[in-house]
Amino acid sequence: MSATLQSFLAMGGYAIYVWPAYGVFFIVLLIDWFAPQFRRRRLLRELRARMARQDARKERANRPSAASTQAHP
Amino acid sequence: MANWIPLWLHKLSSPPVFYRFAGTLRPWAIALALLLGLAALYGGLVLAPPDYQQGDDYRIIFIHVPCAWMGLFIYGVMGIAAFIALVWRIKLAEVVAMASAPIGAAFTFITLVTGSLWGIRMWGTWWTWDARLTSELVLLFLYLGVIALYHSFEDRRQGARTAAFLALIGIVNVPIVHFSVNWWNTLHQGSTIKLLGPSTIAPSMLWPLLTMMVATKLYYVASLCSRVRADLLSLEGGKDWVRQIAENEVRG
Repeated sequence: MSATLQSFLAMGGYAIYVWPAYGVFFIVLLIDWFAPQFRRRRLLRELRARMARQDARKERANRPSAASTQAHP
Repeated sequence: MANWIPLWLHKLSSPPVFYRFAGTLRPWAIALALLLGLAALYGGLVLAPPDYQQGDDYRIIFIHVPCAWMGLFIYGVMGIAAFIALVWRIKLAEVVAMASAPIGAAFTFITLVTGSLWGIRMWGTWWTWDARLTSELVLLFLYLGVIALYHSFEDRRQGARTAAFLALIGIVNVPIVHFSVNWWNTLHQGSTIKLLGPSTIAPSMLWPLLTMMVATKLYYVASLCSRVRADLLSLEGGKDWVRQIAENEVRG
């Protein structure tokens, strides 16, 4: 490691205060950034599952004979 | 006032239009925020000289102060949105107010933690019950209170309106945080950046600070877009435009 990088990382002896401060800044904002995106994807997944269930129910309602023969073979 | 302004605003406040608008705005805001944020970090951590009294410990300022500004700024936005939500019952205003609360809480949390880390060596203590620190902690609790109240209702819109009421009352704390260092004798230092009159900070330290301020503002815009989009999908789950998005994303 070069001397300049080493002195940069040492932060004049304050490394244990400066770097955790920047660490908290990035970690908290990263969580804040990704949380709503995961939530949005989950919402859409749940909605697609609900729509698929509704479609299946509609299909069964339209063909009652086919559904009944499937249920009691 | 021209007729087209309210019409334009009215159109934008419709959930499907705003969903698309936020989707377009979000990548630009985050890209610009990252660019300016990196420039500010380089300026603050590398280019700016050490402080003549505090050495390199002062470099915490480049995140501490912009985050503290954001805590107050976002509370102001939340308060205005809450007011609009309560008076005109606009759904989008409720969503913006409630989506702002977690972002404001995040920035206030960062402010408190970085302030503590800064205080350990410079004040000899990580916490003291002085006016600035206490009112900042109250600000965090107000944000958390708004979030908790919003989620404690079965009906999301009723929860949003109740929480908006709390947000509106809590706005009295914003000037208390800002002026606490002038009104009371605090351990926390006064402002070095002043809108009126000259700032008492070197230009080499000032520009990274102001650049980071703009970067955090843009980050807030981007994060707000993300949250509003998710909230709109959740609130309007049964409607056609949301179903279309669900169908299109499975193909894409």
